[in-house]
Amino acid sequence: MYRYDEFDAKMVRERAQQFRYQVERRIKGELTEDEFKPLRLKNGLYLQLHSYMLRVAVPYGTLSARQMRQLARIARDYSRGYGHFTTRTNMQYHWPKLSEVPDILELLADVEMHCIQTSGNCVRNVTADHFAGAVAGELEDPRPICEIIRQWSSFHPEFNYLPRKFKIAVSATKEDRAAVKYHDIGMEVIRNEAGETGYRVFVGGGMGRTPYVALEIGKFVGKEDILAYLEAILRVYNEYGRRDNIHKARVKILAHQLGADEFRRQVEVEFAEIKRHGTLHLPPEELKRIEAYFAPPAFEDLPETAPEFEAAVKADAGFAAWTKSNLTPHKAKGYAIATISLKTIGQTPGDASAEQMDGLAQIMEDFGFAEIRVSHEQNLVFPHVRKKDLPAVYARLQALDLGAANAGLITDIICCPGLDYCDLANARSIPVAMKLQERFADLERQHELGEIKIKMSGCINACGHHHAGHIGILGVDKKGVEFYQIQLGGSGAEDASVGEIMGPGFGKDEIVDAVERVVETYVSLRAPGERLLETYRRVGMTPFKNAAYQEQMYAAY
Amino acid sequence: MPLIKNGAFVDDRFVFIPDGQAFPDEGGVMVTLSRFQSERDSIIAHHRPVCVRLAANENPDVLKDDLPNIDAIALEFPIFRDGRAFSWARMLRERFAYQGEIRAVGHFLYDQLAFLMRVGFDAFEVRQDFRIAEFSRAMAEMTYVYQPSVDRRKTVMQIRRGE
Repeated sequence: MYRYDEFDAKMVRERAQQFRYQVERRIKGELTEDEFKPLRLKNGLYLQLHSYMLRVAVPYGTLSARQMRQLARIARDYSRGYGHFTTRTNMQYHWPKLSEVPDILELLADVEMHCIQTSGNCVRNVTADHFAGAVAGELEDPRPICEIIRQWSSFHPEFNYLPRKFKIAVSATKEDRAAVKYHDIGMEVIRNEAGETGYRVFVGGGMGRTPYVALEIGKFVGKEDILAYLEAILRVYNEYGRRDNIHKARVKILAHQLGADEFRRQVEVEFAEIKRHGTLHLPPEELKRIEAYFAPPAFEDLPETAPEFEAAVKADAGFAAWTKSNLTPHKAKGYAIATISLKTIGQTPGDASAEQMDGLAQIMEDFGFAEIRVSHEQNLVFPHVRKKDLPAVYARLQALDLGAANAGLITDIICCPGLDYCDLANARSIPVAMKLQERFADLERQHELGEIKIKMSGCINACGHHHAGHIGILGVDKKGVEFYQIQLGGSGAEDASVGEIMGPGFGKDEIVDAVERVVETYVSLRAPGERLLETYRRVGMTPFKNAAYQEQMYAAY
Repeated sequence: MPLIKNGAFVDDRFVFIPDGQAFPDEGGVMVTLSRFQSERDSIIAHHRPVCVRLAANENPDVLKDDLPNIDAIALEFPIFRDGRAFSWARMLRERFAYQGEIRAVGHFLYDQLAFLMRVGFDAFEVRQDFRIAEFSRAMAEMTYVYQPSVDRRKTVMQIRRGE
C-alpha cells in the first residue's frame, strides 16, 4: 500500500499545526462560529446533537494493521471505545473534545493518516472498489490513480470553496462495487480500441433530495490527461454551480440542467486551456512510481482449494454458510477475498469497538495480511486470504463477534447514524435496522432469500444511500412522529438506478412488517435464480405495494 | 482599508467611486464593471490608474480585450465561502496572462490567504486590526504544494522527479 514520503509526512504534520491554530483562535473568540464552521468541516469536524464528531479519511478504503491499531487507540482514548465505518469508507468518532482534536490529528499523522477534506465544500476522500487488486476481471488496480487524485485534490487552492461537497470514486471492473454513477465524478477504468487504458468519466450522480444517475461526459480520457480533465470539470462547477440555494448546489444539478452535451462542451473548453499550459500533465513514470506501492503480494502457487478448507465446510455449518455469503473468488488460485460483516445482529451497522479493531490488527499480523479494506457497504475486507487459512481466520473473527454470515444478504443493512446522533436527521434509523435484522435473523432464510440490499437513511440527505437500495427506507418526520417510506428497485451497482417511492410512510411499529410482506411477495413471484431487484424490474411496483399496505392503508398518512 | 501588497502594507493608488458619483480630477479610480463598460472610452482617455471591481458572479472574460488598459482588477468576496474568485483570478493570470494587480476585496479570512496567493492574487484589502506578522505566518503554514498553480511553486511531484 502507499507509504508517505517526507513531503506527504510534513504535509499532514503541518495540517495538524494549522488546525491547532484555528482551534486556538476559535477558543479565544478570534474566529466566529460561522467562520470556524467551514474551517473545522474541512478537517472533518462536525458539531452534532450531543457532541463533536470527527471524520477520519481512509483513502480508497485501505488500512494497514498499524493504522487499525491507532484507530483503536483513538477510539479508546478520545471517544467511548468504538468508531463507526461510513458509506464513504471513512471512520467517524463521536464525543471528541474540541481542544483534543489537534492531538488526534498528530496521532493520525504518526501513522500516515489525516482528516483533510473529509467534509466541507471541497473534494472529499476518494473511494474505490473495495476488492481492488484482488478480484478477477479487473483491468488494473484503481487505487494508484486514487492516490494521485488524493494528492492533487489536497489543499487545492482553487477548489477549496466550491458551491458544495464533491465526491469522486473509481472502479476498474465491469461490476461496479464503488457506485461510480452515484458520485459527483465517477471514473471507470476502460480500454480503448488501441488497447490503451484510460478513464470513462461520469459527472453529476448523487443522492440526497434530488437523486440522479451520473451522465457520461468523458468517453475516454487518457491517463496522462486525467488530472487536467478533472480540473476542467471542477472549474466549470466552481464558476457556474449554484450558490444561491444549498439544495441545488451540487454538480448534479448543473450537469443535468445543462445536459451532457453542453456540460461536455464547457469542460472541453477548459480542458483545452489547461492542456495548453501542460502543467497538469501526469507523467507515465510518476503513475508507475505510485503503482509500485500497490503491487500485489507475491501470491504462492497454491492448488485451487485446500483440504483444511473443505473439511471445515463439511464439519461446521456456520463456516459453510459464511463461505457462501462472505467469500468472493480471488484472481489467484487458492486464495479468497473475505468480507467481514459489521452487521452482526444486535449491533449498530458499521460500528467497531476498540477491541475488535485491535483484534483485526492482530489477525492481520498473525496471518501476514498487509492490508484490510473498508467497503462503502460498511463492511471490512481481507483482500488476500489463503483458502487453507480461512477456517482459522473465521474462528478468530467469530471470537471477535465479527463472524456474521450475512454479506450481501438482507441483514447486511446500510444505515446512517440517524436521529440517535445526527442533528440533520428526521427519524431514527439504527433501531429500525436492528429490528429488521432481528426479524430476518434466521440464517437459512437469509441465504434462501439471496442478495437483497436494504439501505436506510434517517433524512433526505441520504447518507444511508436509500435511493440505491433494492429496498430503500427513508425516515421522515410528520408532526413530530417518525414515519418510514419504502422505495424499491434502486441499485448502486453497474445497473445503477434510483429506487421508486412506494407511497406514504409506515409507522415505526409497522415498517418491519411491511418490509417482510414485500420480501414474501418477492418469494411468491420470483422466477428461478431471480434476485428481488430483478423480480421488481420485471413485475413492477403494484404487487409489492398491494402487499405492503394491505392492512395499513388507513394508518398511512 | 489597509492594503497589503508584496507582504507589506502599502498606500492604495485607487479610490472607489460608486456608480453615479463624479470622478475626482486626478488620481486612480476603482469602478464597477458596469460603470467601466458604460464609460469605457472616457475612463481610458483620461490616462489615470484604473481598477475594475468585479462582483463574484462577474466573469472577467468580458474584460479580456481591455486588460492592457486596466491597472488592477478587484475581485469581490461577498462571503468567504463563495470561492468563484479563486477561479477568476487563475483565469486572468493563466489564460489572459494578465500582469496587473489582482486584489481581494470583501469578506475573506486569514485562512484563505495562502490559497489566494497561489491562484494569482497579489493585493489584499484587510481589516483595520490585521497584523502584518499574520500575513507572513499564513504564507508559512504549509511548506509544500501538491498542485501546479499561478505561483509556479514546485509541486511535490516535481521535487520528487528532481525537476
